[in-house]
Amino acid sequence: MDLLTRARGPARGGLAAHLREPTQVLFLALLGLVAAGWVLVALDGGQFLTLESVVGIQQRSAALGIVAVGQTLVILAGSLDLSVAYLISLASLVAAEIMAGQDGNIGPAVAAVLAVSALVGLVNGLVITRLQVHAFIATLGVALIIRGALDHLYDGPAGRVPESFQVLGYSRIGPVPVSALLWAGVAVLAWLLLSRTRLGYRIYAVGGDEEVARLSGIRTGRVVVLAHVLCSVCAGVAGLLLAARLGAGAPTVGTDGGYDLESIAAVVLGGTALAGGKGGVAGTVGGVLLLAVLDSIFNQLEVNSFVKDVVRGVVIVVAVAVYARRTRGRRA
Amino acid sequence: MLSMRGIGKSFLGVRVLSGVDLAVTAGEVHAVVGENGAGKSTLMKIVCGVHPPDEGTIELDGRPVRFGHPLEARRSGIAIIYQEFNLLPERTVAENVFLGREPVRRGLVDRAAMEEATARLLGELGEDAFGPRDVVKRLPVAQQQIVEIVKALSVDARLVVMDEPTAALAEHEVESLYRLIGRLRERGVAVLYISHRLREVFDLADRVTVLKDGSRVTTLPIGEVTPAELIRLMVGRDLGAYFPPRSARAGEVRLRLRAAGNRKLRDIDLDLRAGEIVGIAGLQGSGRSELARAIFGAEPFTTGEMTPARPRSVREGVALGIGLVTEDRKAEGLALRQSVRDNVLLVARAVGAGNRAGVRDLLERVRLAPVRRDQEVRYLSGGNQQKVVLVKWLTMAPRVLLFDEPTRGIDVGAKAAVHDLMRELADDGMAIMMISSELPELIGMSDRVVVLRDGRVAGTLPAGASEEAVMRLAAGEAA
Amino acid sequence: MRRALPILAVLAALLIAIALVNPHFLEPAGFLAFLKRAAPLVILAAGQYFVIVSGEFDLSVGSLVTAEVVIAARLIDGDESATWPVLALLVVTGLLVGLVNGVVTTRLRVPSFIVTLGMLLILSGAVFLWTGGAPRGALSDGFRVFGRGGLGPVPWSVLILLVLGATAILLMRADFGRTLMAVGDNERAAALSGVRVHRVKIFAFMLSGLAAAVAAILLGGFAGVSAQVGQGLEFSAITAVVLGGVALGGGRGSVPAAMAGAVTLEALFTLLNLYGISGALEFTVQGVIIIAAVSAAAVRLPRKSTPRTGDAHAAS
Repeated sequence: MDLLTRARGPARGGLAAHLREPTQVLFLALLGLVAAGWVLVALDGGQFLTLESVVGIQQRSAALGIVAVGQTLVILAGSLDLSVAYLISLASLVAAEIMAGQDGNIGPAVAAVLAVSALVGLVNGLVITRLQVHAFIATLGVALIIRGALDHLYDGPAGRVPESFQVLGYSRIGPVPVSALLWAGVAVLAWLLLSRTRLGYRIYAVGGDEEVARLSGIRTGRVVVLAHVLCSVCAGVAGLLLAARLGAGAPTVGTDGGYDLESIAAVVLGGTALAGGKGGVAGTVGGVLLLAVLDSIFNQLEVNSFVKDVVRGVVIVVAVAVYARRTRGRRA
Repeated sequence: MLSMRGIGKSFLGVRVLSGVDLAVTAGEVHAVVGENGAGKSTLMKIVCGVHPPDEGTIELDGRPVRFGHPLEARRSGIAIIYQEFNLLPERTVAENVFLGREPVRRGLVDRAAMEEATARLLGELGEDAFGPRDVVKRLPVAQQQIVEIVKALSVDARLVVMDEPTAALAEHEVESLYRLIGRLRERGVAVLYISHRLREVFDLADRVTVLKDGSRVTTLPIGEVTPAELIRLMVGRDLGAYFPPRSARAGEVRLRLRAAGNRKLRDIDLDLRAGEIVGIAGLQGSGRSELARAIFGAEPFTTGEMTPARPRSVREGVALGIGLVTEDRKAEGLALRQSVRDNVLLVARAVGAGNRAGVRDLLERVRLAPVRRDQEVRYLSGGNQQKVVLVKWLTMAPRVLLFDEPTRGIDVGAKAAVHDLMRELADDGMAIMMISSELPELIGMSDRVVVLRDGRVAGTLPAGASEEAVMRLAAGEAA
Repeated sequence: MRRALPILAVLAALLIAIALVNPHFLEPAGFLAFLKRAAPLVILAAGQYFVIVSGEFDLSVGSLVTAEVVIAARLIDGDESATWPVLALLVVTGLLVGLVNGVVTTRLRVPSFIVTLGMLLILSGAVFLWTGGAPRGALSDGFRVFGRGGLGPVPWSVLILLVLGATAILLMRADFGRTLMAVGDNERAAALSGVRVHRVKIFAFMLSGLAAAVAAILLGGFAGVSAQVGQGLEFSAITAVVLGGVALGGGRGSVPAAMAGAVTLEALFTLLNLYGISGALEFTVQGVIIIAAVSAAAVRLPRKSTPRTGDAHAAS
């Protein structure tokens, strides 16, 4: 019976198939955008990709990039985190208040920020897994809780970050800002986590199909909780970075940056499926860079800042539509 | 090797299993049969540690064990192959095979070791059509099944549980599975085999355990029981003849295809007549379901003729009086969380027509009357769910009704009821087309059997053709 | 209706708690004033319900409300005669935004979370681009009467709420509602039963847009023109719907329960105010209560409410 229809051979993952992955599309788009930006800015009489603008792009990307890397982890695990924006504000305040301008307090302050953010992540994760609350509602609820505490305790910037810590925000090594290095470090760690560790494999498994993961012996709840802890720690690190940049903590620094929805947008722009189980950090890095380059072009062309919002919205929707179209094309 | 005594289990206060004993010896294929709801799947999940039992003991090699998690059962050498695929489509074959127990070296996943081990297992099964790095979603269904089996073998399983493993396989793929099970048996691996298909039980099993209403009826060596006796043990009554008698009155042509085709089908000629049941046979991938979907308008024909008209959409198909009872009831037939009433009225509401007032009569006609109409359909048995799908189409009084695997996954008693209904509808003048992978059913029900191969009609056989004749046409050996 | 019972119990408890502090609350005037305040959120929740029950999200309603109010103020600019044309324009704008959300979600197969997030960015950017960063102009008295005035003792907004609420309930009982529910439960099965899935979903988004337009008209009159008028309303509306026991993901829950969820949320705000919990901590309490309420619903029916494919045949 074996000589009967031996099923057609599988489509092997060759070069052509690889080129159709969202990440490749994204980086091609990024290159295209840089080229287009160059031309546009040149026509405008300016010079794109000067040291200044590259540094600017890196600076702008760093905070969003770090949050988005964390967001990638939870989205891959099939969850999402709407509490990062308020957590960033909280982290900046915790850092600046504990540092209080003293160099000696940097260590304890950083430790406290990481502990607080890990705790918030733990709460997010436990509410989702133990109380079975949809991640959207759970993290929104936690966001409200943090917001209430912040609004209650603070009216404006507070605390002071010592000069030595502000290095993180502004200095650079050659053309590379320290903050960009920090971002790169976080991204590389997350990439390593996802592609080379058991936890990473399990994050993909839980996000891909929770039941399959469970039946394969994976303790799915624990994976989701860990992903949330890591995501919140990323938000905490972003909070540290922003505190270093501001020289103080601020109760609105997270929400002003729109880090909650923007980070989700950047992740999705990077080709990670909102439903989980598919995508990765490389795409997210590309997504963040794309948004930053877009920003930079608009800045150089001195376009009204509200146009940026409009274009950003369009870009995100169009990008995801393109991915959806490609997936469908492959299936058909 | 494995011995379970007095196993009991309840869900939400409903008793699913009570006092079940089961003993499996090394190198044995042990079949577990019973109607839906008899507790087979629950028993298997207890074996595999998915659910802990409420009562009873499990012993492995004489030592009592208690599995709190699938992982613990797997570490003891128990593996399960589920009836629905349990693979991650976005991940590679190797990643799926080692899911949940990836080998680690210095804290990092050892991908090389993982892929090597997977390749070795694939080699042992003589599988060379795909490799460890292929992404699962790009593999055909039969190869995904092999990945499932490799996943089970990779744990050095001593006991493999197979829950309806042939549900998604075509006839020839079932043969490969038989060979594989033979090889497992030689290696001293025990196999617990659950199937609705009695033929497989008699082909494969050494012993068979019958479950009914959550209790064990008996365990017998397969040589000491006949299929008829086994059915009686399962349902507790004699079902007598398998299939309702044919009536030889074929009326006018309701639907005519001439040289019809699309991307998956070519040159299809077919007539469906009032009062007739036409069976469609073919291997997996031969275009059986595609034919039904094309006639219905879900994946329309793009060339050729269809009389009275060629539908370009589902709604056009419905307007032509065509209905489709889909292959996968839960995924494509029902809105499981909605009531019986909302489900049976779905088509009528969608197209703004149909006989809504007569729903009560229709439910009575298919003998669903005792079911509350505001009951959510997910709480119904497979057989009753299928009747809901059927009534959904009957509200439209269709002229042509297409059935794709109408009895898949429903138990023996309900199967007979569905068969009776199909024949009744035909006798009332409906034209019926039926697809089934179970040849005895297909041949027993059909007034003629049209065999498809590679998207074309390979031949037509009269009522009462032999299984062998159908297989020969389907496989394309010289007829 | 059985699902609506827990939320009604919570609502009753809240109302009693409010009445204990403020006995006037349960008098007609006090209660009508409460309903008047609640009306915009309840209407938004009803609109959001249609989208959620079809299996989607609408994150754009908050920015749509802001946009509508800002547009109205700028176009009317105190001119009484412009009231009715502008009202019509607002309704059309709401429907149009819903149409775009729906078409992009269904035809281009972009998750609605992203589509409506993009719409949120586009709307807020576009409005401020047009107004130059700060809302200008003023609403006419004729416009404001919907949010402020009333027919005798009964505020217009309560009447509008009653009419829209009744319409929503009737819609869900009609063929449209039943097919919408089926789409949210099992889109493929609905499509194979002849349901025009895209059209049904697009219509749901348009209803949400319409609800946002009406809410904007009421809020504009009630709260006045500001750039913050719609801020966070999308989250409040979604929260209200979920509080009413409507599952994210679609196919479950009822319109009255969703609207009851919104009234409950508003009652919660009222209660917090009465007990003197400052505006800031109000958010904290709100967050805790939302999580508690939703988790209570989830914990009460652990398996029944979320059977996974595996458990479905485990129970057989």
